[in-house]
Amino acid sequence: MSSIPLRVPEDALKWRLPYKSRVGMAALIVGESALFTIFVVAYIFYLGRSLTGPKPSDVLEVPVLGTICLLSSSLTIWRAERAIENDRRRSFTVWLATTVVLAVCFLVGTALEWHKLIYRDGLTISTNLFGTTFYSLVGLHATHVIVGLFLLSAVLLFSLFGWIDQRQSDRFSVVALYWHFVDAVWVVVFTVVYLIGR
Amino acid sequence: MSDYSVSAHEAFGPPVSVKKRGTFLESLHAWVVTVDHKRLGILYILYSTFFLLVAGAEALLMRLQLAYPHNQLLSPQVYNRFFTMHGTTMVFLVGMPFLFGFGNYIVPLQIGARDMAFPRLNAFSFWLTAFGGLLLYYSFLGGGGLYGVGNAPDVGWFAYAPLTARSFSPGHATDYWALALIVSGFGTLGTAVNIIATIVSMRCKGMTLMRMPLFTWLFLVVSMLTLVTITPLTAAQFMLLIDRYLGGHFFDTQAGGSSLVWIHFFWIFGHPEVYVLVMPAFAIANEVIPVFCRKAIFGYPAMVAASVGIMFVSLGVWAHHMFTVGMTSVSNAFFTLSTMLVGVPTGIKIFNWIATLWGGRIRFTTPMLFCIGFLFQFLIAGLTGIMLSVSPWDWQLHNSYFVIAHFHYVLVGAVVFCIFAALYFWYPKATGKLMDETLGKWHFWLFTIGFHITFDTMHFLGLLGMPRSIYTYQPDRGWNFLNLIVSIGGVIQGIAVLIFAFNFVRSYFRGKIAGDDPWDAWTLEWTTSSPPPAYNFEQTPEVHSRRPLWDLKHPDDPDWEYEA
Repeated sequence: MSSIPLRVPEDALKWRLPYKSRVGMAALIVGESALFTIFVVAYIFYLGRSLTGPKPSDVLEVPVLGTICLLSSSLTIWRAERAIENDRRRSFTVWLATTVVLAVCFLVGTALEWHKLIYRDGLTISTNLFGTTFYSLVGLHATHVIVGLFLLSAVLLFSLFGWIDQRQSDRFSVVALYWHFVDAVWVVVFTVVYLIGR
Repeated sequence: MSDYSVSAHEAFGPPVSVKKRGTFLESLHAWVVTVDHKRLGILYILYSTFFLLVAGAEALLMRLQLAYPHNQLLSPQVYNRFFTMHGTTMVFLVGMPFLFGFGNYIVPLQIGARDMAFPRLNAFSFWLTAFGGLLLYYSFLGGGGLYGVGNAPDVGWFAYAPLTARSFSPGHATDYWALALIVSGFGTLGTAVNIIATIVSMRCKGMTLMRMPLFTWLFLVVSMLTLVTITPLTAAQFMLLIDRYLGGHFFDTQAGGSSLVWIHFFWIFGHPEVYVLVMPAFAIANEVIPVFCRKAIFGYPAMVAASVGIMFVSLGVWAHHMFTVGMTSVSNAFFTLSTMLVGVPTGIKIFNWIATLWGGRIRFTTPMLFCIGFLFQFLIAGLTGIMLSVSPWDWQLHNSYFVIAHFHYVLVGAVVFCIFAALYFWYPKATGKLMDETLGKWHFWLFTIGFHITFDTMHFLGLLGMPRSIYTYQPDRGWNFLNLIVSIGGVIQGIAVLIFAFNFVRSYFRGKIAGDDPWDAWTLEWTTSSPPPAYNFEQTPEVHSRRPLWDLKHPDDPDWEYEA
């Protein structure tokens, strides 16, 4: 150290940080996962502990159609993401509209299922432990689908007005991330409630 | 994408000086609608200071009630309400808002950002938290009138089932408890998301992860921990409300439900919550100690690793609160060992702080005194924690005053001491005035003496078998004298806090002008003016080392030459 260096270190690194909304959504998803974990654990723990009927195997039917709708909506929203990234607006609107329709189909499926459970089988949230855990877990997921549906419909509306183009693709990817999460949670809920639980 | 392409003027409007006084209504309006992270940070801190005084008053009333046997000051019901409200308030309305307030204020300044990632979400989170506090205290106005302390929650801050079932807890006290905490929990969740997004994607040029100040590092870790601890509590409270309002059976043993599930879910939140509270305290010590002993923190990478380690380990130890509920001996052994494991990263931290102090030129300012107090007390808190983690020992001491003493050693001896250190340390940054040192030293010594009189003695009361949550006791148990001592200690702490409150308000009007960098510190928040302008920095800073201000002050011997 005979001479005092007067240079500044060369930070040749390109300073590029992740998109803040995507980081925020990822963080929110971590939190939401913890929320769902607690409800899923409660569901599994209380399986078969109801003192009175009906049992899951008596009343539950596997919602194949709804599941297909929801899982394929992950695919369509992915197509929409690719479309808006390349500024293909027409194709974006079509794929987004398909996603919304599929989400509505899923929710209609849930509504029909609940209608049957309540009015034909007499299973409500207070009937027994199974009712309590079933409606809270599936209801929690359905709530998230509804929130996602609001987001998607808003984007669809904007895109019908022609307000969405390539510049919004980053923001749309945040909505899509949420939607993929809702789908992934359904895989867990479906497995626990309709496959293991029956 | 880049937020810096927008000029400060465009993004925030013309700079408004905090000093400029409009009419009262104008400035009130400006504070209510603010989205500035510094103002929100101050709002958080004022809000939690207010509740610190409220919950402190509740604690003092409880201590007066317990000062001598067969006291009639509080009825059993009122006593239950006070200990529930004291615990709930201190954890949710004092501890977390205080710490997230500091995070809000300091983190963007330390990473050279102009604001948080989502300023409006930030404001929304604060007002949710504030509304949660309001809702909780609104319960005082209902039910049995004010002297019976209204309809305040009385189920303990842990709200064990089935005490919270409709049949055991009629009225709306428990609903207030759950709803208020759900609301403020959403606020906390929003803040945690915001802090993570800010730290990950708003750092100024050159601030790599390994150059971030440790304060910021710890807030990243704490926010991640918050995400996975607050949500289980929210989930459990939703279940509780489903039970209470919709006739659900989650915790209803008559219908196959289980109260054990509530205890598990509560402590899956409740244990990591301790670390959510104490890690920001570490964060504060990490800033204060190096500055006042003129040395860079010892073992920066080890400190980071230890923080991340604590985050993971803390998620696997919750059942050490439950050794006596009748788990299997295998689970008791597992949770004993995992709890002891927390001692390893915590020990690393303590050793690193001591190594930082070693050979340093220590300045005993008030914030430094509080941090040194913290070091001693946190060490003792850790040792009694290890004692309680031994399950047979815990069987003996469960729900005794020993446990109360232990967790107050953590929550007061570590967290509150560091909060005070932080208030003295960053007060000049936020207001431009220094807090009075003489009053500060009075505050420190009185509070420390009061603290030790209260909580050291409580250990002995616990060993003598005094249980927690009792509103009075028989005179022949040998607890009379010790209880009186504990109560006197409580009063001394109360006086110390009043001195602090006086100092806090007085210094704002009469304090010495601080200047930008009163402590000769090294992190970025001290480069900007005090108080900082609305846009924080005139020019977005660029850093090359962990101590950017040292580099500026010592261009002949900059830090980046030595950092790997």
